[in-house]
Amino acid sequence: MATTTTTMLRETASSHHEALGQSEAVARKMRRRGRESRFWWLVPTLYIVFLMLPIYWLVNMSFKTNTEILGSFSLWPQNPTLRNYMVIFTDPAWYSGYINSIIYVTLNTIISVGVALPAAYAFSRYKFLGDKHLFFWLLTNRMAPPAVFALPFLQLYSSFGLIDTHIAVALAHCLFNVPLAVWILEGFMSGVPKEIDETAYIDGYSFPRFFVKIFMPLIASGIGVAAFFCFMFSWVELLLARTLTTTEAKPIAATMTRTVSASGLDWGVLAAAGVLTIIPGALVIYFVRNYIAKGFALGRV
Amino acid sequence: MLELKGVTKMVGAETHISDINLTLEPGTLNVLLGPTLSGKTSLMRLMAGLDRPTSGQVFFRGKDVTGVSVQKRDVAMVYQQFINYPALTVYENIASPMRVAGVDKATIDREVRKAAELLKLTPMLKRTPLNLSGGQQQRTALARAIVKNAGLVLLDEPLANLDYKLREELRLELPRIFAESGAIFVYATTEPSEALLLGGNTATLSEGRVTQFGPTIDVYREPADILTAETFADPPLNVIDVVKRNGRFVMEDEASVPAQGALASLADGPYRMAFHPHQLRLERLGEDHAPIKARVTVTEITGSESFIHLDFAGQKWVALVHGIHEFEPDAMVEAYIDPRHIMIFDAQDRRAMAPSSLAA
Repeated sequence: MATTTTTMLRETASSHHEALGQSEAVARKMRRRGRESRFWWLVPTLYIVFLMLPIYWLVNMSFKTNTEILGSFSLWPQNPTLRNYMVIFTDPAWYSGYINSIIYVTLNTIISVGVALPAAYAFSRYKFLGDKHLFFWLLTNRMAPPAVFALPFLQLYSSFGLIDTHIAVALAHCLFNVPLAVWILEGFMSGVPKEIDETAYIDGYSFPRFFVKIFMPLIASGIGVAAFFCFMFSWVELLLARTLTTTEAKPIAATMTRTVSASGLDWGVLAAAGVLTIIPGALVIYFVRNYIAKGFALGRV
Repeated sequence: MLELKGVTKMVGAETHISDINLTLEPGTLNVLLGPTLSGKTSLMRLMAGLDRPTSGQVFFRGKDVTGVSVQKRDVAMVYQQFINYPALTVYENIASPMRVAGVDKATIDREVRKAAELLKLTPMLKRTPLNLSGGQQQRTALARAIVKNAGLVLLDEPLANLDYKLREELRLELPRIFAESGAIFVYATTEPSEALLLGGNTATLSEGRVTQFGPTIDVYREPADILTAETFADPPLNVIDVVKRNGRFVMEDEASVPAQGALASLADGPYRMAFHPHQLRLERLGEDHAPIKARVTVTEITGSESFIHLDFAGQKWVALVHGIHEFEPDAMVEAYIDPRHIMIFDAQDRRAMAPSSLAA
């Protein structure tokens, strides 16, 4: 056994070596070709510049004063200031927007994934009347623009007294996120052989115990990706969130669009709010970066 | 004791299992032999309780368990694919049935280590199944089946996806490992040679029916009908229509095989004759061996044996002979049929008469 292990190690080591040699050769070739054309840096640089420019400009603005933003053109802040961020972190009208957003986004993510897990399991494991149609119909929910649902939701929620609550927005966003989560999770679940379920039943696992102890760890990355997509869609969605809230549960995106006052627009604060809005999304993307491609393929790789 | 009474399984309009009656005794090894899609897996799923029969009943230890959920049955099962819990270590994989049953820690540890030792998994206990080789993964699944100590152990082609060497090794060990437990041991395979090596009892399956059930060697030597004989032949059985007259089975081209022993007393008329490929020889070993002239289509040589595919009167035959024999395609060869090893089937494809007891 020990000898086989060492030979295996040696084999992997040598193949690793080969791969290194190959990648070096490729790199050399690329460098040579690059030197030949002299402008090899041009396209990637342009790409990155165009990609990063709006974000850079937002960050740039957030550290400027209003007079500088409106007065002169400058590539970086001449008098860097943290005043804009101070405003957001001290004024409850601003920071409560973030808290509200985070509350309903988290609620929505939990509800969506919690509801989607059993639904996706049913779609992936059982055949029932109209299962394929139902599965497709779920997806069509995503095709309708949210504006279509704004009016019925407003009327429905106000008659239930749910207007201006976090749960109202969280439930409204389920309309888009549950189908998406079902669709993603179904793909991941179908990748787990049905025999694993059966082996667990034969071993004596009850269904709930099997689902939590054996099955969920197997589709953990799928749950992560589904949660990420729910988080993102709920985080960036503005129309429904703004329609269903007034003051108590007002999301940050709505706060940002209502900053026009008699004294005009507070450009710097708005930019700082924009920067702070990007951060949670960027953080979440960082954590699921390895699975995200699989998520976009809806688990069907 | 496991009893199936008139068990039928329909999926939609398709019949997967058709009216099976089978009684398996405790402490026996039972082989389900049949080609793919013959219903081996479906039958095992019914035995395990994973599926519910459309009609018929399943009795285990005298109790009707037809509708009882699989969790409450006393079964263990190993699949052809290597099925383990990828998120758990090998140790936890093996321990899992005992953990669910609520066995105390010390017993679990002792049993897991015993099973791991038996299947040479001790160095891998801390690793996860996906980091193991296929053979080790399957042995993990087998170890889990062992520690469960179930009354019914179902192995669905457990060695089919393993390499040759490991298969030989495990095939020898498996019956020994499970023999101690006194469980009913059911082993599905597509390979006749595997059934013969395992011994025990064999049930041959064809299109969802059990064609014959009995001690393996008896089923091989005395198949009740042509379906059983064909299922239990690898390479495929050589078959031809014959007419019995004047004490001989006459084929086309006026070639004929003498009817010997008990076969001599058969009434004249049409029959089907079948014999195993190794009974078709290139040398004439006895005066009564019947010569035929056939055209070679392909010759396959596997080390010390040659498979010679022949075309005789429109029938595709195979001769399995020792030594290396190279023939050009389309060459005409003379081959000889041993009359003591032929099987004769009647118009309903039932066995017309057993060959004489000399045939051993």
